[in-house]
Amino acid sequence: MTARIGVVTFPGSLDDRDTQRAIRLAGAEPVALWHKDKDLKQVDAVVLPGGFSYGDYLRAGAISRFSPVMETVIEQAKAGLPVLGICNGFQVLTEAHLLPGAMLGNNHLHFICRDQKLRVEHADTAWTSDYTAGQEIRIPLKNMDGRYVADSYTLDQLEAEGRVVFRYLDFNPNGSLRDIAGITNEAGNVVGLMPHPEHAVEPLIGTGRTDGLPFFTSILKKLVNA
Amino acid sequence: MSRTPLDTVEHAAATPDVALPWAELGLKKDEYERVVEILGRRPTGAELAMYSVMWSEHCSYKSSKVHLRQFGEKAPESDALLVGIGENAGVVDVGQGYAVTFKVESHNHPSYVEPYQGAATGVGGIVRDIIAMGARPVAVVDPLRFGAADHPDTKRVLPGVVAGIGGYGNCLGLPNIGGEVVFDPCYQGNPLVNAGCIGVMRHEDIHLAKASGAGNKVILYGARTGGDGIGGASILASETFDDAKPSKRPAVQVGDPFQEKLLIECTLEAFREKLVVGIQDLGAAGLSCATSELASNGSGGMTVVLDDVPLRDSTLSPEEILMSESQERMCAVVEPGKVDRFLEICEKWDVIATVIGEVTDGDRLEIFWHGEKIVDVDPRTVAHEGPTYERPYARPSWQDALQADDAGKLPRPETSQELKDQVLKLVASPNQASKKWITSQYDHFVQGNTVLAQPEDSGMIRIDEETGLGVAIATDGNGRYAKLDPYKGAQLALAEAYRNVATTGAKPLAVSDCLNFGSPEDPAVMWQFAEAVRGLADACQQLGTPVTGGNVSLYNQTGEAAIHPTPVVAVLGVIDDVARRTPVGFQEEGQLLYLLGDTREEFGGSAWSQVVHDHLGGLPPEVDLERERLLAEILISASRDGMIDSAHDLSDGGLVQAVVESALLGGKGARLVVPDGLDAFTFLFSESAGRAIVAVPRSEEVRFNDMCGARGLPATRIGVVDGDAVDVQGEFALSLQELREAHEATIPALLA
Repeated sequence: MTARIGVVTFPGSLDDRDTQRAIRLAGAEPVALWHKDKDLKQVDAVVLPGGFSYGDYLRAGAISRFSPVMETVIEQAKAGLPVLGICNGFQVLTEAHLLPGAMLGNNHLHFICRDQKLRVEHADTAWTSDYTAGQEIRIPLKNMDGRYVADSYTLDQLEAEGRVVFRYLDFNPNGSLRDIAGITNEAGNVVGLMPHPEHAVEPLIGTGRTDGLPFFTSILKKLVNA
Repeated sequence: MSRTPLDTVEHAAATPDVALPWAELGLKKDEYERVVEILGRRPTGAELAMYSVMWSEHCSYKSSKVHLRQFGEKAPESDALLVGIGENAGVVDVGQGYAVTFKVESHNHPSYVEPYQGAATGVGGIVRDIIAMGARPVAVVDPLRFGAADHPDTKRVLPGVVAGIGGYGNCLGLPNIGGEVVFDPCYQGNPLVNAGCIGVMRHEDIHLAKASGAGNKVILYGARTGGDGIGGASILASETFDDAKPSKRPAVQVGDPFQEKLLIECTLEAFREKLVVGIQDLGAAGLSCATSELASNGSGGMTVVLDDVPLRDSTLSPEEILMSESQERMCAVVEPGKVDRFLEICEKWDVIATVIGEVTDGDRLEIFWHGEKIVDVDPRTVAHEGPTYERPYARPSWQDALQADDAGKLPRPETSQELKDQVLKLVASPNQASKKWITSQYDHFVQGNTVLAQPEDSGMIRIDEETGLGVAIATDGNGRYAKLDPYKGAQLALAEAYRNVATTGAKPLAVSDCLNFGSPEDPAVMWQFAEAVRGLADACQQLGTPVTGGNVSLYNQTGEAAIHPTPVVAVLGVIDDVARRTPVGFQEEGQLLYLLGDTREEFGGSAWSQVVHDHLGGLPPEVDLERERLLAEILISASRDGMIDSAHDLSDGGLVQAVVESALLGGKGARLVVPDGLDAFTFLFSESAGRAIVAVPRSEEVRFNDMCGARGLPATRIGVVDGDAVDVQGEFALSLQELREAHEATIPALLA
């Protein structure tokens, strides 16, 4: 038996198929979830993929957060369901208040696509246990609204509680406060990050690195060993 | 507000003397007279609107088609071609049951007026052409040309164009894997924004723009129809039919990539369930084009009820609805029994879909408004039987003087220091500098199948995860070469794109083109066009790569000054296993560098002559297509058999530009030795065609040399991958750091 990991497709989701492929390559079973359907099909974990859901027209993630599927995701995430939000998915998670803070437009006002160096600050979340704390990885980053912001109290709290999971190294691509690339909730089951681990899972494709694969093997091990 | 009576067919027949604004709509007197002759009466306002836009240069190719015929007449025998010229895009067999469709189009004029939306809707339009063939779009490419890099207006146009391409393409989830960015003062008032797209499908999924089967329903789906992009039709509507109306809405359309993304998914789902008989996207000329083309390609006629078209602006007149170029709309022909399911899929994706008409067993296209007939035409006369011009053309009087102004006579560097300074100046010049600031605004990774993306020689996409089957695309054009000799210039553009595809390890299969020229009413421009088409058709015939479709953009000129003739050529190739692709960057120290091909003293139109002397004259490099074919075969074999680890084609900027790019991309330097029989200057800067550099692992050297020897391809050992500098022995060394700073700082400094 392997783990079943759901990938939500919102209107305008772009990396949903890529995320399903990454889950498959890690050895788990991807399950397609539809934004209008509250049913999570009994999956063991959920990924909210990247893209421009609803065109990002109001504010990135602001409309998707109200979709029927999110009602169930929010409810179950609070009960411990592992949830990973990548890029637009991270934006949805902050809009849904499953993660603190918010995402603003990149400080240089351009879309940016690059091979981004990160440091894994904490390896004790549901999605990062196959990394080691302090490990440096490179995975693609691509976004228009990736500047993570929160008030200084929240930032201090995140730091103090070890909830800054990823930090940009060498170059801050969007002006995120304290170089924050990804964070987790108090329980460690909900993780959001701007870079795209699902684009770094095959040696031939994209940047040619597989530094993103441990996201998907981490959750698989956790679920299978649970 | 009073309205003049509706101009119905009946009314038109009864009032033959009503004067219509055909001239304002761009029709010539004899063209209007032909419309009257075809109909046997004066056209209604709606009919006039349809004919005027469908007979425009943009839609009818009236000045270019007598020349474009050569692409068909000279088309080489090719087993790969599944659908040729004439459909929305050509379709090529790439094996394993897969077919690939690709096309390049221009959106030049709108992008000058409104850079962001002009470029964005250019992407949207080409993507809909690809979906309309039944394919899932898998990548886009954008060949771009702007005025001088340091001209203030370039700073207005370029960032907007780039943001528009990114804003639209990124939001659709299409990786941007190739293209070019070229600066030249000749494009100052006429930037060239060409957009290409590749789509993939199974053979059995090919769809055509064809309405057949009486009783089948015509469904319009996607965005509501608004007043954008109406252009000429608003003259008709506001000045003739209703003086009280506000007129002159913006002629540039506004794009909504989110709507287009839904349109893609919803269309593909309908294809998967085999619900679609025929399909056409709505681009230029909107519903006029879609209905007349669908009907004329089918077996019967069509009726359309315009009242059923969902509108964004309820005050639109029927003429405006027919002309509107609102984006993100498509038209499908569906059997009656499948209409419900089709509408259900549209609803699932929140896409508005409406039955607006029906295929008939007659041969007329009839359009109704408020129950009255306002169009009654033979659709073929609208879509396919527009005027054809044999425009006069003549070799310009200045051509001889231009060719006599030999770049070989320009002063060359006399010392090693001068040579070094010129190398640094070349790699930092806007045309040769890194375009990372631009390409980093495009998503290269989405869909998770990108094997190679710019600045690699070609973009490469995996299309089958199991077998590793992939396709490659390269686009190239060199207006400077084409200005010196349009026949050879077009051939050189093809040769370069062909070579670029082969350099990455893929086999070139087919060609699409975007032919950007000045005014066809100028005999000199028409001569450039005729020569370029003849050159391209001849070269495609010789290389065995058929032209599958493309686009002509004329009137790229301000006053008397036309742009350089700029044929942009896209070559599509296939690779059996993307694991065998060859990248540009040097991979390992110690590998041996070989120069393939012959180097001659060829500097006409070269980057060196432009950067160092601001000169354009002489003759472009010689074209040897048999040599190109041999070089391609060697590059493909060497890639397949693991004999080379990196390769780079030599083109503008010559060998030194290629070595610097390979070194910077790989993060490894090179030691070069000037080969016997060449001087350092010619070795570094010549732009002789049919050449590439390759890095050969030492263990493969004998095998590689044997292969080149046996096939008769000159292969000269010129150095080794080594160190942190590009070191031309006996001349100069430039550290990678110094080169990187020079190469990467230029574009951000000018545009950021």
